[in-house]
Amino acid sequence: MQVPILKQGQYLIATIQSALGDADLVQLRDGIVQQVGKLRSRGVIIDVTALDVMDSFATRTLRDIAQMIRLRGAETVIVGIQPEVAFSLVRLGTNLAGVATALDLEEGLAFLDRQIKGAGGNAQSHGSRSIQKE
Amino acid sequence: MSAAIRPSLGPRKGANDDAHETRIPIASDLDIIRARQTGRTEAAKLGFSSTDLTLIATAISELARNIVMYAKEGEIVVRIVRSGEKQGIIVIARDNGPGIADARLTLQDGFSTSRSLGLGLPGVRRLMDEFEIESQVGQGTVVIAKKWTARHVLD
Repeated sequence: MQVPILKQGQYLIATIQSALGDADLVQLRDGIVQQVGKLRSRGVIIDVTALDVMDSFATRTLRDIAQMIRLRGAETVIVGIQPEVAFSLVRLGTNLAGVATALDLEEGLAFLDRQIKGAGGNAQSHGSRSIQKE
Repeated sequence: MSAAIRPSLGPRKGANDDAHETRIPIASDLDIIRARQTGRTEAAKLGFSSTDLTLIATAISELARNIVMYAKEGEIVVRIVRSGEKQGIIVIARDNGPGIADARLTLQDGFSTSRSLGLGLPGVRRLMDEFEIESQVGQGTVVIAKKWTARHVLD
């Protein structure tokens, strides 16, 4: 089950639609990291509303994605973690520290808008620098 | 403690207990999903809250993941138990993999022999009500985790 990654303006939105196997998660990770470069995205939203279980591998992969995206010069926000899933993550002791989260897609977009605007100057100069290189 | 890999698997057979068992062979990441979905479906029959169902499914996911990672293959057995006032789910994760020299060590947070995850078993113990592990090097590992209904303040 592949996760569609959609472009919306300067953001990428990946909406997980069903339970994901490990291979799917790894594919999602690699897909997003590639697309961010290809489409010069500033932010990534991963919508996990449909996930009824997030185990240690899923959590770890989401954390990896967020860190890799940051290294690529963009921001990631995970949206839609269900209350039951939040509780199980706390119990499990998995650590999403350092990963931005928001209630839903709307809040996620608002978060990215704030982040991108806040770091606007920096992001601009990054962009123009690599354009000059080409 | 370290006798054979045959810890008591819940209620004695032959008693008046009503037990129903489902086995899920585990050999790949897709089996992990199948196991946790089966566990959730079975547990739902007992009227667990949706929070508990998620905790159970997550625990099964971790146990099945351990099998795939360390033993390559094994099985998850989901047993629904109704015995008198107590009812709940017993999850048995069994493999004939390399085993663990000191199984108690695996219950310490941060322990991992395959460097990547390191919190599977202590996490499972926190998700469930009861937890036991028996393992022998070269023979395999059995983990038994149980969760009972109707005792949670949250519900």
